[in-house]
Amino acid sequence: MANKLIVAPAPHVQSSQSTTSIMRDVVIALMPALVVSVVVFGWSVLCVTAISVLACVAFEYLIQKFVVRGPLTICNWSAVVTGVLLAFNLPASIPWWIVVIGAFVAIVVAKMTFGGLGKNPFNPALVGRVFLLIAYPVQMTDFPMPANGNFDALSGATPLAAVKFGASADVLGVQELLLGNMPGSLGEVAALALLCGFVYLLWRKVITWHIPVTIFATMAIFALIVALSRGVEGNALWQFPLFHLLAGGAMLGAIFMATDYSTSPMTIKGGVIFAVGIGVITMLIRLWGAYPEGMSFAILIMNSCVPLINKYVKPTRFGVK
Amino acid sequence: MKTFPIGGVHPSENKLSCAKPIEVLPLPEVVNIPLAQHIGAPAVAKVAKGDKVLTGQLIAEAGSFMSANIHSPISGTVTAVDAQPNGQGLRQVMITIKREGDEWVDTIDRSKELIRECNLSAQEIIAKIKDAGIVGMGGATFPTHVKLSIPAGKKAEALIINGVECEPYLTSDHRTMLERGEELLVGVTILMKAIDVKQAYIGIENNKPDAIAHLRNLIVQNGYTGIEVTPLKVRYPQGGEKQLIAAVTGRQVPPPPALPIDVGAVVCNASTTVAVYEAVQKNKPLIERVVTATGKGMKSPKNLLTRMGTPILSLLEAAGGLPEDAGKIINGGPMMGRAMVNLESPVTKGCSGITVMSGNDAVRREPSQCIKCAKCVSACPMGLEPYYLAKMARKKGWDELEAQMITSCIECGCCQSSCPAYLPLLDWVRLGKQTVMGIIRSRAAAAAPKK
Repeated sequence: MANKLIVAPAPHVQSSQSTTSIMRDVVIALMPALVVSVVVFGWSVLCVTAISVLACVAFEYLIQKFVVRGPLTICNWSAVVTGVLLAFNLPASIPWWIVVIGAFVAIVVAKMTFGGLGKNPFNPALVGRVFLLIAYPVQMTDFPMPANGNFDALSGATPLAAVKFGASADVLGVQELLLGNMPGSLGEVAALALLCGFVYLLWRKVITWHIPVTIFATMAIFALIVALSRGVEGNALWQFPLFHLLAGGAMLGAIFMATDYSTSPMTIKGGVIFAVGIGVITMLIRLWGAYPEGMSFAILIMNSCVPLINKYVKPTRFGVK
Repeated sequence: MKTFPIGGVHPSENKLSCAKPIEVLPLPEVVNIPLAQHIGAPAVAKVAKGDKVLTGQLIAEAGSFMSANIHSPISGTVTAVDAQPNGQGLRQVMITIKREGDEWVDTIDRSKELIRECNLSAQEIIAKIKDAGIVGMGGATFPTHVKLSIPAGKKAEALIINGVECEPYLTSDHRTMLERGEELLVGVTILMKAIDVKQAYIGIENNKPDAIAHLRNLIVQNGYTGIEVTPLKVRYPQGGEKQLIAAVTGRQVPPPPALPIDVGAVVCNASTTVAVYEAVQKNKPLIERVVTATGKGMKSPKNLLTRMGTPILSLLEAAGGLPEDAGKIINGGPMMGRAMVNLESPVTKGCSGITVMSGNDAVRREPSQCIKCAKCVSACPMGLEPYYLAKMARKKGWDELEAQMITSCIECGCCQSSCPAYLPLLDWVRLGKQTVMGIIRSRAAAAAPKK
């Protein structure tokens, strides 16, 4: 026979998914939210996103080329995912140099120092965001107003901030919350677009439903209990939990950040524990903390518990009672 | 619909030959019969160079209780008993026989007549099965008489016939169930008698609705009692013994060293059950089997009734010849089969199919780093953490591997086939499992009282 035969141990079948296809799917799933954001805030959105993505990819390339001197992995799209997610956590009016600093912290500090993709303990985009929030609090909370609509009731803050400082939970209608016509970070405003991305990720089997749905359920139940204890009645009783699910970074965080592979637990059971923790911490910060939004802090705090969860929460073993 | 409780994958089924009736492959001119083609001790050759043998004549005897007899698949002259390369190129002792006609031992009943009545005792049935050299034909090649000899203090409660055939491509059990259903059901009654149970289940995945319907019809027509066909949801590795028991009965076999009999189950493959019928009712030893010759590039994938010892190459020729772009030839299916280098190597008792893969499909893609996606953890049907086991095997953390139950691994390949980073997870897990099992054995040997 002309050709030599290939010999390798079983299995002889490999996955139709690859790291690259998974990362590309995440980027695709983020696109509807990007489109909505452009509609709401204008072309500056694309500018911020492009700077963030380019800076993330460039930093990863430079580190691999000159510091790690290992194989280049920028082609696997993971730096692009970090770039888009970082941009989605910033206001559309942010100066370009702050975006670059955020990208540096996300890629160089939070990802590459730990060994790159799969080894970072904290979500890189969130580390970048939280760093910027602490270092540049003014620029990071200066949210531009959407092009259309009347937002006098919000007095220039995000809906979460408005509610924190006294407004009632019906400050914005459900329709506005779903479609994203409100001040906020780039990618967090359009709940409906983010949910479309969620469905896409489920369909492509990139993530499972457990972590996002558990976070939503935890937050909704928490909010409902608080509303009941405050004696809220009637329509306002369901408006309060719904507001907390749709406003701020709940959707973006639960669907795209908490499900990050390397910073979430390896088992379904562990994932549920992790998600309950995120939901509870988010609500604690939102209701009683110093910041109006607690999603990023909650995810980062629970990221730190992941090694412990992986050590003690094992999958159900076959044949063991 | 029933299935096993955790993990599993669903690879493309590719059952190209499922509608192809079994064809008889022309008799080979020369056969090579390995003495070790079952789990346990190799058989001991009873013939020497120059001996004349008949089809069905005993040529090698079981080397111990955990071993199996081997019979000549053709009639002719023994030309050699020496080491020859097997499918993987390793040298193994084989008996080589040159064919002269096809003259059978006269005690074998070669008529097509179906014999339902069996008045033998359980011991007599097991003895006949042992004489006929029957081993598990699904691939594991565990001697059937050992499986049927229930240890003292244990009690079998149900017989489970494995008609799952969850490996992609393979269809030999499927065709056997369709074309030899009557014999299969008689075989089931014989096995039920041998292990003294009142209930038997035939587990079949629901991608074979024709086999399910056919066997159900035969059961009703012939008034069999205590035999039930259990349709199962299509999911790999449902044909794994532990997965099948869990799917059918809901009982989970505890981790090793526990055996299926500890939950009252005895599992027997569908083709093996037909072989049991032939051995007990027709005195026919295990000298031929149905082999699927298949692959996407093959002109005409086929199910071939093949004598043991036939060179693999003649099956590939019967299925239209080896395609130009053939890159890998697998003894078995693509999930658990073994890649071969030597196409002159023989068909053995455990060979249910030959799968040809094109060069592009056959090359392993370049692995990258683990992204902790946890797909291997969700895919593992034993509830293990393949990514962690692979990592610890690389670090030689044998104690941790034992604590994390690496010996439960059934090597089904679900983890590796679902890894988007293309990591060779099972390669590492296998290394770890073999090392840990060695450590456990030597510890047991050291703890045993010195004589």
